[in-house]
Parts: sequence; structure tokens; C-alpha cells
Amino acid sequence: MRMTGAEAVMRTLEALGVDTVFGYPGGAIMPAYDTLIEAGLEHVLVRHEQGAIHMAEGYAHATGKVGVCIVTSGPAATNLVTGLTDAMMDSIPVLALTGQVPSTAIGTDAFQEADVTGITMPITKHNELVRSADRIVDAIKEGYHIARSGRPGPVLIDLPKDILNAEVDFVWDPAVDLPGYRPTVRGHGRMIREAIAMIAEAERPVIYAGGGLVRAGADVELRAFAERLRLPVVTTLMARGVLPDTHELAVGMPGMHGHVAAVRAFQETDLLVVLGARFDDRVTGRLDAFAPHARVVHVDVDPAEIGKNRHADVPIVGDVRVVLEQFLAHLDSLGEKGRIAEALPDTADWRAHLDRLKVEHPLRCDQPETGVLKPQTAIRAIHAQWGDEAVYVAGVGQHQMWASQLIPYTRGRQWINSGGLGTMGFAVPAAIGAKAGLGRDVPVVAIDGDGCFQMTFQELATAVQHDIPVVFCVINNGYLGMVRQWQSLFYDDRRSQVELPQALPDLVMLAEAYGIPGFRVDRVEDLAPTLEKAASITDRPVLVDLRVDPEEMVFPMVPSGASNEEVLESAEEWFARLAEQQEARA
Amino acid sequence: MSRDRHILSVLVENKPGVLARIALMFSRRGYNIHSLAVGPTEDDRVSRLTIVVGTEAVQLEQIVKQLNKLVHVLKITELGDDAVERELQLVKVGADPTTRSSIIELADVFRAKVVDVGLDSITIEAAGNPRKLQAMLDLLQPFGIREFVRSGTISLSRGGTAITDNGRARMRRVI
Repeated sequence: MRMTGAEAVMRTLEALGVDTVFGYPGGAIMPAYDTLIEAGLEHVLVRHEQGAIHMAEGYAHATGKVGVCIVTSGPAATNLVTGLTDAMMDSIPVLALTGQVPSTAIGTDAFQEADVTGITMPITKHNELVRSADRIVDAIKEGYHIARSGRPGPVLIDLPKDILNAEVDFVWDPAVDLPGYRPTVRGHGRMIREAIAMIAEAERPVIYAGGGLVRAGADVELRAFAERLRLPVVTTLMARGVLPDTHELAVGMPGMHGHVAAVRAFQETDLLVVLGARFDDRVTGRLDAFAPHARVVHVDVDPAEIGKNRHADVPIVGDVRVVLEQFLAHLDSLGEKGRIAEALPDTADWRAHLDRLKVEHPLRCDQPETGVLKPQTAIRAIHAQWGDEAVYVAGVGQHQMWASQLIPYTRGRQWINSGGLGTMGFAVPAAIGAKAGLGRDVPVVAIDGDGCFQMTFQELATAVQHDIPVVFCVINNGYLGMVRQWQSLFYDDRRSQVELPQALPDLVMLAEAYGIPGFRVDRVEDLAPTLEKAASITDRPVLVDLRVDPEEMVFPMVPSGASNEEVLESAEEWFARLAEQQEARA
Repeated sequence: MSRDRHILSVLVENKPGVLARIALMFSRRGYNIHSLAVGPTEDDRVSRLTIVVGTEAVQLEQIVKQLNKLVHVLKITELGDDAVERELQLVKVGADPTTRSSIIELADVFRAKVVDVGLDSITIEAAGNPRKLQAMLDLLQPFGIREFVRSGTISLSRGGTAITDNGRARMRRVI
């Protein structure tokens, strides 16, 4: 069928099953926006292209589908850079379509020309500048396939304007032919058996569950595997909820602000069963002191993650859900032969020890009964109000760490945040994207900081215009809180450029300016009733300004670059340690 | 040759930007390229890169894995120490009637060819492994080297097998 390149773009997206695109029109992409009018796609008009890519990420993170955004050339495309990098770091399937100046103008420094494929090469899983109209369909189809398969990630397709206007023959064939791209899905049979044998020998095994499990949608398989072998499970920041925190085998979150039991579990374990995780420095602390007694079984769909930071004794390349099925099938076959006993490690003492650590090292917060509101109390109350069915989306900083520590997540995809890149401003657009993907029935609650919020709150207009009823909760401490915390602990409390007065701007008035209800809580006694009022509004976006104690810090904490042995549970502990060191020197 | 020198033969799809992708991967992850040579193969859809890297084994594994993640990379083989290895070198040496014959004699020893003779210079073309080419340069030094240029290493394994044969594949991915 003959049509323009721009029509072929829309037909391809429809054929791929794309239902929603986030975007912003402009010169070079105008042919595509013209055909969008007839296309069977929901388009969400953002207020900044960074919003479009973060919405696509939020959509993808929440639904497991590919998030699609479409913007014009030059500055619009360069505004995607942060989001593409974020999606690369957190393995989020995103397809970005960018306009480009006409082919004949490429290389001439034309108006709104930028070398977008050049700029985004290191921050995309793949990209392509489409050089002829007959490549349009295949480029988008292949990009979509690459984004969602193997280790998911962002793919960018750059579309010159003349190519969008050219005539093409549209024939839909879903098959893709990529000779250089064949991700390994199934784990190696011998490695599967070796892993199970190694687990059986272990005395203190623990599962190090990472974001790969969430991407693979492996909640059920993980749970079955952990339960079958009675393995305690530590879930990273990117994997919170993939085993419910309420599950008896759940130990908590590891890393810089992890739960003490989880941090200690890694330090004491003799076998790490790593599932879709990558030994990130925020988890390991000082790498050479991390999990010093552990052998490692490492499962990842990306072979390059295995052995990158830590040697794997049993490396398994494959889709983690498929590999877990293989583990379970191998256990079944041992069971049929009456040999299941030899596969079961004896973890009773170890689990009892971890349970004791959980009890002995709870998260602490001294909340007075009246007056000042502690941020931790605010976050607990948000969860109490919106419950387990809601999806929670955070930005980056203290509020993110509290939200990851304090909310007992019950499923993968329930917790959305920017992990690897640590992108401030992520929450507002990502929550809008998540809500656009999840629909009316699932509440989406953004838990943001006041610093983050002010980076991207222009997207409130998008939520209002497109009727996307997200709850925006701002944990407003009037500080760039995490930076202030580091200044307090590691820079002798010399505070440099971290103050953002709590009333600037007045968030309730800001909500009103956007025509949505705004609420404020400054005292703990108003917290529950106000949240209840906010939650009663489900047909419009709502903003809640939670003015919290500005001085609160996040604990536990492993100081940057320190060993996980040095986990701190309070500021007093740190200052006492400093004083001790000073005395020792004197 | 240092023990840490490795030769990777890489087959890639002949697509725009593929060299940039590979070079970027090396620079962004802090890997060191000693030399790089790109050329056609028996299949015009495929190019062959020979990359010489200086690195220890763990990092080499990571380099190969990161290269393999590039969608246009089809196959990577590490060539062993016994592989045939060649570079091409052109050297312009200062020469007058009194030194010309000594220089040509020296070139003959290295089975090099004289490709240009001027009033006060000779240009010599030589192919060989990097050690041989360096030895030639050292011996030409006293005559005064005006300039020289050397290509990246190209290399093939010995024996009848080819990189595209399944059996000898050390790394995954076959066209």
C-alpha cells in the first residue's frame, strides 16, 4: 500500500500494538504530527521533551510494555538525553522517535539540526538515522524489538523530514532479521545443575534480587524458587516488591540506605544467588569488602554484567524468568527421582539469625505525638491511605530512600524510581506516564521531594489537560535534603547552596494555578485527615504539600566508599566514630 | 610483544556509524586501543575490523562482551599468538648519493620496496609484523627519517579455517 513515510510511521506503531505516545510537535516532525490526527493512537502533549521521555519510562516501567515518545529535531531531541540515559541505566524499554532536518540539509548546521544519533550512541541500546523511506518500517519495528528484548533499554530512531514526506510501500511483516542481535534466553543446562548443587552445599545462602526480575515479570517464579529452597531474599532498590516485603523470606533492601538485616545478610552470606542484579556500587559499598565470604551464582540476560564487578563461580546467561523456570524444572526432576533432599540447603538457623537482625535493627524515627511532622511518618501515612493497590513513584534523594525503605511493597512494578542515573525530576512525569498506562483503577502516587518537584512540575499541566489523575505528594523539607545530609555528616555541617525555602513556591497556590486541589500538612495531627480528603478525589490530579522536619536524615547509611561493615544507624553513631578517630590520632 | 597484547578480529555489518559505535564504546569505558584497521570482506555486507588492545584477561572478556552488545557486531574472535600478523609501513628517509645504496641494501634485507626516489630522499614500503617494522625503523634512524606512516595491524589465523566457520568460533555470534 502506497503512503507517505509519516503515515508508515503511524501504521507501524499501530501494528506493533502501541496505544499511547508522549510527545511534542515541532518543525521537522510535523509530517508525523499531521498523520497522527487520523492514527489510532492516544497522544499525550507534554510541556517539555524531558517530560515525554520520563512519561514513556513511567509507562514502560508500570506496564512492562515499550514506552514511546515522539519529538522534533535539535533541541527537542537533545532534551531527551537525560531520559534516554536514565532508561539505559535502569533497563527500561523505550522507543524515541525524533524528527531530523531533511537529508539534504544534514551536515550543514541547518536550523534545529543536531547529530542526535551521534549524541545518543552511548546512551541508547541502539539507534538509527533513517536514510531512505523504505527503511522506516523496519527501523521502527527493529527498534521496538531491540528495546523490549534481551536486556531492555532505550532505542532512538531519527527521521529526516524529507523521508517522512516521501512515498513508501507499506507491507506489514512482524518478523525481524537482526543477524548481530540474538539475546540468549535459556540458561545453560549444566550451569543450572551446578547452581542448584552449589545452593544445596551452602550454609548461609541469600538471593540478591535485582531489577531484572521486575523487567522479566518474574514475581511468581522468584517466589516459587525462594519458597522451594527456603532462601532468604534481599530486594534491591530496583526490585522492591518483586518478593512481597510482607513475605517471611523477605529480608529487605541492601545498600547505602538499606535495611541493616539485608546489608548484614550480604556481608555474612556464603553464597549470593544473584538474579538480574549488577553489583552496583550503591549496593556493594567498597567492592573488595563486599560479601567477603560468598561464592556467586549470577544470572543475567546481559552477559557483560556477569563478571563485570564481581567474579561469578556459576555464570548463567539467560532471561531470569526462564532460568528460574529451569531451576524449578530441575528441582521437579530431582523430586521425581526421590532426590529432592539433596538439593535443599539447611537454612533454618541462618533465617532465624536474619529474622533476629530484622527485629534488633528496625528503622527508627522519633515522631512526637503533636507538632512537627517527620518525613518517615508522612510516607507511612501515604501508604496507609493509598494502600497496596497503589503504585508509588519517586524522584531522587531522601524522599526516595524513605519511600523505598518504609513502604512494604507487594509486587514488582509497584515501585518506580530512578535508580542507576539518579535523575532528579523523574517522579512527576514518570507518575503521569505510569497512570496513563495503568488507567483509572490503579491509584498512582508520586512521592517527590521539593527539589525534584521544582525540576519538572510544569507537567502538572499535562496531567490536567489529559485528565490523568495522579496524586502528587511533595515531601517538602525546604532543602536539597540528601546533599544537606552529606554536608552535615561529611563536610562539618557547612551548608552550601542547599536551602529551598518551604514556601517557595506556595504549592497549594501552585495547585490552584493549575486548577487542581491542593492540600497542606504542617503538623502530624493533620496528616491522616488531610490525606483522606486528598484520596477522596480520584477524578482529578491532586497535590499534597507535606511540610516535614527539615533536619531529618536517612538511616541506615553506609558512607560513600566505605565497606558495608560500617553501616550507621544514626548521626550520633557517626559523630561518635569521628570523635573516636580524632582521639586516636591525638 | 607484551603478554597483555590481544588481537581481536571483529566482523560487523557494513552500516553507517558502526566504527563510531565501536570507538565510543572503547573510549567511554576507558579501554585502550593500540591499533585499528577496517576493511572489506568476501561479503560486501560485512566489514572486518582488526583491533589490537592492551589489557589483562578480565578486561579483555569485558571488552568482548561489550562489543558483542553492539547490534551491528556479528562475530568476534581473538586471534592466537601464532596468527599471521601484518602492518604496512612507508618510510621517507633522507638520502644523498653517498647513502642511497646503503639504504636500498638495508631495505632489501627487510624485503622492503623502494617506491619513490627523490634528490635528497628515498621512500620505502615494507610489510611485516610490528617487531620487524620497528627493527627496520631503528636501522634507518641514523640516515634521518623525515616521516613515516604505519597502518594498523591486520591478521588472519593460520590453517584452513575461517572466522565464519562455526567450529572455531571462540565467541558467540555467527552471520
